[in-house]
Amino acid sequence: MTAPARVGILLALMLSSVSVFGQSQDVYQFDSREQEQRFQTLIAELRCPKCQNQNIADSNAPISKDMREAVYRMMSDGASNEEITNALVSRFGEFVRYKPEVDSRTIMLWATPALVVFIGVVVVLLTVRRSGRAGPAAGALTDEERARASRLLYDEDQNDRSS
Amino acid sequence: MKRLLMFLPVVLVVVLGVILFAGIGKDPNRLDSALIGKPVPQFSLADLRAADQQLGPELFQGQVSLLNVWGTWCPACRDEHDDLLWLANEKDVRIVGLNYKDDREGALKWLSDLGDPYAVNIYDPRGSLGFDLGVYGAPETYFIDAEGIVRLRHVGVVNEKVWNEKFQPLMEEYGESRS
Repeated sequence: MTAPARVGILLALMLSSVSVFGQSQDVYQFDSREQEQRFQTLIAELRCPKCQNQNIADSNAPISKDMREAVYRMMSDGASNEEITNALVSRFGEFVRYKPEVDSRTIMLWATPALVVFIGVVVVLLTVRRSGRAGPAAGALTDEERARASRLLYDEDQNDRSS
Repeated sequence: MKRLLMFLPVVLVVVLGVILFAGIGKDPNRLDSALIGKPVPQFSLADLRAADQQLGPELFQGQVSLLNVWGTWCPACRDEHDDLLWLANEKDVRIVGLNYKDDREGALKWLSDLGDPYAVNIYDPRGSLGFDLGVYGAPETYFIDAEGIVRLRHVGVVNEKVWNEKFQPLMEEYGESRS
């Protein structure tokens, strides 16, 4: 088989495998594209209580399926995103939120990234300013030092040649 | 100041170490129920043994009960079964079963083969009460006081150790059942 043919087959296999991943999702009917988008966003932000590092969109656990169904049912009944999330939180606990509310318990969670970036920027600024101030002065030698340096270098050369 | 800054990495490591150490041994799969301190959710489901009889939350009024979520499809429930029999027979604990996402025939066979520790069984083939309770894996066992308020949720097998550590103190606090 020629190399291009092999690559072609490989590509075809890789591309066709995508449809297999799509199979795990249940089929839900939506009135509009926005509704579907809303559903996808919601289930991506809800966490599976059983398989804890997955959202309910990814998880195949029975409980995730139940939760997806509940989200779909509540959406069809015209519930708002907040009502849906609250309904699930009241059953499964705060744990199911991948996007927790900002309150006194979660403020650190929300603030830490910004805080770390801020500290990083401050450290970088301080470092740059300090090296800028100290740079030229530290690099320059006094006349006396320059004389001593050349003397040392010259002696080295002498020793090298004599040995 | 410079001197103090030198110790910063050590301080950071120690703080991080303490935080991480505190997490060791904690099972992240054990979640606190969102229902603690709240009444058992409203439901109307058939009795496992008597299909025409409807059961509701009033089942939990008047005496302390355990609500045990089980199913014949759940291996850990089989594991737990003998302990439940022990609790029901020796400790005189009232156990209400929630037969979760199961089929009636299989469940009845299970009970006649292995013994029946349950005072009554709620038949929940579609898992609707399970969902309202926030059940995410069987077996789960809830401690419910005489007013029908959920006081504890235990995910996993209830054995003698779990009983003594988690349930016995609540039993003492909320009163012995049937006595």
